[in-house]
Amino acid sequence: MFLNALLLALREIRRNLMRSFLTILGIVIGVAAVITMVTLGNGATRMVAEQISSLGSNLLIMRPGQRMGPGSGGAPRFRLADVEAITSQVSGIKAAAPSVQNGATMVAGGENWASSVNGTSNAFFVVGNWVLASGRQFSEEDEKLGRAVCVIGETVRQKLFNAGDPVGSSLRVKNFSCEIIGLLASKGQGAMGMDQDDVVVLPVRTVQRRLTGNRDVSTIMISMKDGEDTDQVMARIRTLMRERRKLSENDEDNFNILDTKQIAQTMSSTIGTITNLLGAVAAVSLLVGGIGIMNVMLVSVTERTREIGIRLAIGALEHEVLLQFLTEAVALSAFGGLVGIALAFFACLALSTLMQMPFLFDPGINILAFAFSAAIGVLFGYMPARRAASLDPIEALRHE
Amino acid sequence: MNVPAARAPEATGENLIEFRGITKTYGEGQAAFLALRGVDLGIRQGEFLAIMGPSGSGKSTAMNILGCLDTPTSGAYLFQDVHVEHLDRNQRALLRRNFLGFVFQGFNLLARTSAQENVELPLLYRGESPEARHRAAREALNLVGLSGWEHHTPAELSGGQQQRVAIARAIVTHPLVLLADEPTGNLDSRRSHEIMELLVRLNQQRRITILMVTHETDMAVYASRSVHFVDGLLTEDTATAPRAATGEPACS
Ligand SMILES: Nc1ncnc2c1ncn2[C@@H]1O[C@H](COP(=O)(O)OP(=O)(O)OP(=O)(O)O)[C@@H](O)[C@H]1O
Ligand SMILES: [Mg+2]
Repeated sequence: MFLNALLLALREIRRNLMRSFLTILGIVIGVAAVITMVTLGNGATRMVAEQISSLGSNLLIMRPGQRMGPGSGGAPRFRLADVEAITSQVSGIKAAAPSVQNGATMVAGGENWASSVNGTSNAFFVVGNWVLASGRQFSEEDEKLGRAVCVIGETVRQKLFNAGDPVGSSLRVKNFSCEIIGLLASKGQGAMGMDQDDVVVLPVRTVQRRLTGNRDVSTIMISMKDGEDTDQVMARIRTLMRERRKLSENDEDNFNILDTKQIAQTMSSTIGTITNLLGAVAAVSLLVGGIGIMNVMLVSVTERTREIGIRLAIGALEHEVLLQFLTEAVALSAFGGLVGIALAFFACLALSTLMQMPFLFDPGINILAFAFSAAIGVLFGYMPARRAASLDPIEALRHE
Repeated sequence: MNVPAARAPEATGENLIEFRGITKTYGEGQAAFLALRGVDLGIRQGEFLAIMGPSGSGKSTAMNILGCLDTPTSGAYLFQDVHVEHLDRNQRALLRRNFLGFVFQGFNLLARTSAQENVELPLLYRGESPEARHRAAREALNLVGLSGWEHHTPAELSGGQQQRVAIARAIVTHPLVLLADEPTGNLDSRRSHEIMELLVRLNQQRRITILMVTHETDMAVYASRSVHFVDGLLTEDTATAPRAATGEPACS
């Protein structure tokens, strides 16, 4: 009996190839879109989380202003003395590095490269887990006197020196020229596709004097000793800074300290929101696909109603006709859903390779999208048939 | 479902089909329309009955009730001594499946479906094996003179050929009764005569009881008996000398 219905349904599908194709298409697109969006979103979240945690979980970043990001305009900047105070007075700290970032165009040997320079100290190499591929770090003199010396990253070397060893060559940064004393070992891509090797490191005083023209330090990066409690170290830094800035009890902090774990969480939740948004957009496309199916099915209602009339007249029972149409709708929707899942799988594989993200297969969204599309297909394929099959055969035959 | 098994009514000489005071009302209240006003009619196994009458006289209404497609408002309809008016939807469907074949004015074939598959359709619902279906469908198509046209779809067949496919579909189950409501209504006169000769042959050679509605006296002369409807009542009932079939298969 069921086999019979399946046979009838398959005949029907073959007989109405165009209609069947359109039905399947709606489901395929909807399913593939939802699964792809959500899977890629999950991959992006995971990627960001992994990259941020690769920065090291012991890293604290202190910036002026109450909150991270822009809006710190009025808050007082840090000075080198702050860095020294933190290094010497706060326990549990491995190193604290000042950072003054400044965009600049670098020129060497006829090549030029737009990047940013980072004015800092030798602590930078400790905080950022940097290893020198060749050359040396800054000397005490370099730092104190603000000499024109720099250490460059692998990307800068490639852009300006091709394969050669740059140590000893000179590099023109904006309006002054400095000697390259070291080359950093490559680290590869950082968070959000940012190239960590695209750096030029100078002594902080050099940058202050030659580029920014003031004694501000924009960021202080602090690396904690292993096993230290993040909250306690942060509290100690906070107390010291409040003291140094002479903030009274009622004043709010005019600086903020972030630990990378917290950044990772913020990022992940932001990307999670974007993923949900994309998922919602994709869900709309699934719905549109469903409406397409409904349309295709409704257009053929007249023809189907007459056909059902014929079947009933020659002795088909109502439930036999219904079973046939239900089987047809289920077969089409299930097939469309499976094709959609397969399509999404390959799309995700290709896109995540392209974007260098991990590919996280999520069975939940696959099942959900499949179930939803199947439900739409079955509903819209089956409902018109149900109405038609409940008609008297002569009425169905007379249907215009 | 309890549907009577086929019997051999000619052995007893009783009526195969009997209408007793059949009425049919369409609509309700003010708009109610009495399409049949008490029809008594007995039909024996093997008859070829022509149902005639002016438009709107209730021929199709009577035909639909005879074919168990519709139920009378009052009166008794006996098919092989079974009271059809008491049967439910599914029981009537099984009656149609097992004992009746239908031919419609508008052919009513499935579009985009080959002649062969159209003819096989009733057998599908009887759960017959593919081989049995193919064989029976080919035989039926051969009988109506359509050998070689098995794989043509309705769109590729003339009106006369489509009606023959419909006849093949109606007889492929070896029904007791073939019901045809204006089977030649959409055909020109030559095709009409060919179809009538085919029906006469089925009636005489296969002993299929045929009930046919027609407007044309030309077609009614092929029948062995003709009844007239006027305003929902049976007015005339005449036995005619049936015109002999030519004997050879009708070809298009
Ligand atoms: N479903 C219906 N609802 C309401 N009235 C109907 C319905 N079917 C038929 N009638 C009416 O019943 C009467 C008999 O109709 P019927 O179709 O039996 O006539 P007929 O003899 O077959 O006519 P024709 O030769 O034109 O086919 C007509 O007046 C028709 O309008
Ligand atoms: Mg009529």
